[in-house]
Amino acid sequence: MDSFLNTKRPPVFCPGCTHERITKALDTALVKLDIPADKTVIVSDIGCSGLFDTFFDVHALHGLHGRALTYAAGLKLADPELNVIVTMGDGGLGIGGAHVLAACRKNLDLTLIILNNFNFGMTGGQYSVTTPSDAVVGSEFLNQAEIPIDICSVAKSAGATWINRCSGHDSELSNIMCQAMQHKGFSVVETLGMCTGRYTKRNALTPKVIDDMVERLPSYKGIVEQNQRPEYGDQYRKLASEKTSFPELFKVEKMFDLEKRLDIKDQTALENHRRQEIVILGSAGMRIVTAGDMVCYAAISAGLNASMKNDYNITVLRGQSVSELILSYDKIGYAGIESPTIVIAISDEGVQRRKAMFAQLEPSTLLLKEKSVDIPETCAKVVEIDFKELKIKKQDWALASLGFIAARGQGITMEMLDFALKSRFKPALYESAMETVKKVASI
Amino acid sequence: MALSFMEGNEAVARGAMAAGCNFFAGYPITPATTIFANMLTMLPPKGGVCIQGEDEIASMGYCIGASMAGKKVLTATSGPGISLYSEQISFAIGSEIPMVIVDVQRLGPSTGSATRGADSDIQFLRWGNTGGIPVVVLAPKDALDCYLLTVHAFNFAEMLRCPVFIASNKEIGMTRESVDLDSLVLPPIVDRKQFQANNINNGKYIPFEAEPSAAPDFLPIGGKTLVRQTSSTHGPDGYITIDPNLIEENQERLRNKIFSAEEELTLYEENHREGADTLLISYGVTSRAAEDACAMLQKTGKPVSTLTLKTLWPVPKKLIRAKAAPYKRIVVIEMNLGQYIDNIERVLPEKKISFYGQMDGVLIKPSKIIEVIENEKKYELHGETSRDQSAHNNRNIDYEINSHAHDSVCKNDGENTRKCHGGN
Repeated sequence: MDSFLNTKRPPVFCPGCTHERITKALDTALVKLDIPADKTVIVSDIGCSGLFDTFFDVHALHGLHGRALTYAAGLKLADPELNVIVTMGDGGLGIGGAHVLAACRKNLDLTLIILNNFNFGMTGGQYSVTTPSDAVVGSEFLNQAEIPIDICSVAKSAGATWINRCSGHDSELSNIMCQAMQHKGFSVVETLGMCTGRYTKRNALTPKVIDDMVERLPSYKGIVEQNQRPEYGDQYRKLASEKTSFPELFKVEKMFDLEKRLDIKDQTALENHRRQEIVILGSAGMRIVTAGDMVCYAAISAGLNASMKNDYNITVLRGQSVSELILSYDKIGYAGIESPTIVIAISDEGVQRRKAMFAQLEPSTLLLKEKSVDIPETCAKVVEIDFKELKIKKQDWALASLGFIAARGQGITMEMLDFALKSRFKPALYESAMETVKKVASI
Repeated sequence: MALSFMEGNEAVARGAMAAGCNFFAGYPITPATTIFANMLTMLPPKGGVCIQGEDEIASMGYCIGASMAGKKVLTATSGPGISLYSEQISFAIGSEIPMVIVDVQRLGPSTGSATRGADSDIQFLRWGNTGGIPVVVLAPKDALDCYLLTVHAFNFAEMLRCPVFIASNKEIGMTRESVDLDSLVLPPIVDRKQFQANNINNGKYIPFEAEPSAAPDFLPIGGKTLVRQTSSTHGPDGYITIDPNLIEENQERLRNKIFSAEEELTLYEENHREGADTLLISYGVTSRAAEDACAMLQKTGKPVSTLTLKTLWPVPKKLIRAKAAPYKRIVVIEMNLGQYIDNIERVLPEKKISFYGQMDGVLIKPSKIIEVIENEKKYELHGETSRDQSAHNNRNIDYEINSHAHDSVCKNDGENTRKCHGGN
């Protein structure tokens, strides 16, 4: 192909704008590389660099200001065969700074062409993150109070594997672009150029001055040795391919008939039995959520519906851990606890979190408390267990409590609990869990 | 019947896999994080891609890029993330980029409460795009819905080439419950319509050419035919345009493709009770307490029917009108201070409507709903008092003017009655 330029939509830049040279250099580079148009996409940012996608006969995506690298990454991850070229101005660098850093760190195989013309041309020549402090710009004095960034040095420190800074007027520009596109990894070409519509009207910027700037600034000529490493897409696919086991759905058939097992004499007891509300009041590290899980799996093994709401701190190693469980023969609608049938109080923090609940407990409520735990006044039927004396570690108190309620057929039975532990724990853990459970069951 | 035990967020992930999702990008945020965590265990073994973006804006950008390359894309966040997504949401809506966006809502405004539920974003999801283009929002009530509605959401997104939102809630996303996935009747999987060269189009692909109420045919970036995508106002060719006719046609098409699909998009549950003269309308997790309340009332010989909306946007106007027709009184309950009630009023102008909204970080209790049903006067929207006055009453706020107090505080006395002491 002679040219990838869209003859129906020629460049529309201001006379003398460096962007036009860069457009041509990019076309020359694409021709030199004999790149397949249908496997190439130009992702353009906002501003004058955002016009680039319209000039070329390749795939095109023009998006929001500063976000071009994010679309580019999505395209490349979805289709690793794509050649992805991003055009972005100094404005996009500023607003999309986080994405530039992420692209450098990731090293996904994208080519970023930065069209740095030191100001926001399209909106009136306001200052950008690359505007010199002594420039005269459309933001009055504001640029004088800041300093510009050296994006190439930022890219280097963020891990970019290929960086080149050059003048937009450099006769080697198309070759530089070729090298950038051929680099397997994230490549950055920073072109310095003239915005003739705005910037050069008030600032003495010429191709010669730009050459001096390139000379004066730290030199970047391609490969950044210290940052060389595998390309992100390859690395991602290698790591992901090791994840071969899909978390299949764990289904439990009804295998126990609770109604038959339990000796339920009166109607009220039967009603209560149809819906158990269990609250476990513990602390972080006491495996409260695991215990709640086990109760629910036990219930499901008898064909019951189960729900579980947990309440724990954002700092997961400290503070209360409260689990609210509902086991019901009926479909569970409202999943809040209204009238607990069983309360397991094994830490003061947990009790404090639900202290208002205690005064409202019914006399029929079974309240299992550890000896060391203080509880507010309550009408509930209190059973105290000294787990310390039984030589059960604190992290097993919740599990041990399940042994107590299961042995008495409160909500769950021993065989249901045995099933839950066996199906959810690895064999060694199951054995030790059952040992703990049995210690308390035999009380 | 075999039961599984999972939280709503895992059900979303499993539903997405069932729908053929093969790309996820997201950024961790409570209470939505576990959707990302689940996708990270599910996508790699199936050859899909799962990425953590550097922020929410980037995550949406990855999704947009991947969708344009032909992937079926999911992302998940909560209210603060939707705020950051919004510029990209506008892009996806305006440029017809299919994807499913899950909002596991938490109590807003702003950072709000990471671990407290509320249906905070019902209006935000609808109006969060520049241009005010209509959107599709589905509201699950439990884990089973999370699975089912996610499959529907993918189908709708593919059919209409638009983002589809799942308005979940912390109280669904992070509550684990038993589910019988085998009981679900899943819709057939829909994939976006690919452009086919034929005599009518002369084999020429024009990326945004479509019937007046339809989505354009799709071709991926990276395929044999060159594709243009742009966030700018564009004509059918995908180039920027200032032609008022082309602009108007496109704006109307974006609107009509959603509104004309109202019936196809309408998902709901209903429980008609014989002899009832009241219909209770709710959505999301609140509808579970609503159903409990009505079951209790049934036992006391006071039947009340329920309508649970699973599609909130576009407003299922035909459904609401048809279902409400036989009833004298409508009761609407929301887990916010009234983000949907105005639509019910608009659709049912001739009905007597009661409203109760609660937004205090806890679930609305069935007992509260019974109270609302039984206190017609207190909660009626169009009573003897003016709309504004009654609206205040219906939000259950008692104003006590204390001329000496300079502080302005709201207290919750535990009965969900807020007393506001206003300064002068």
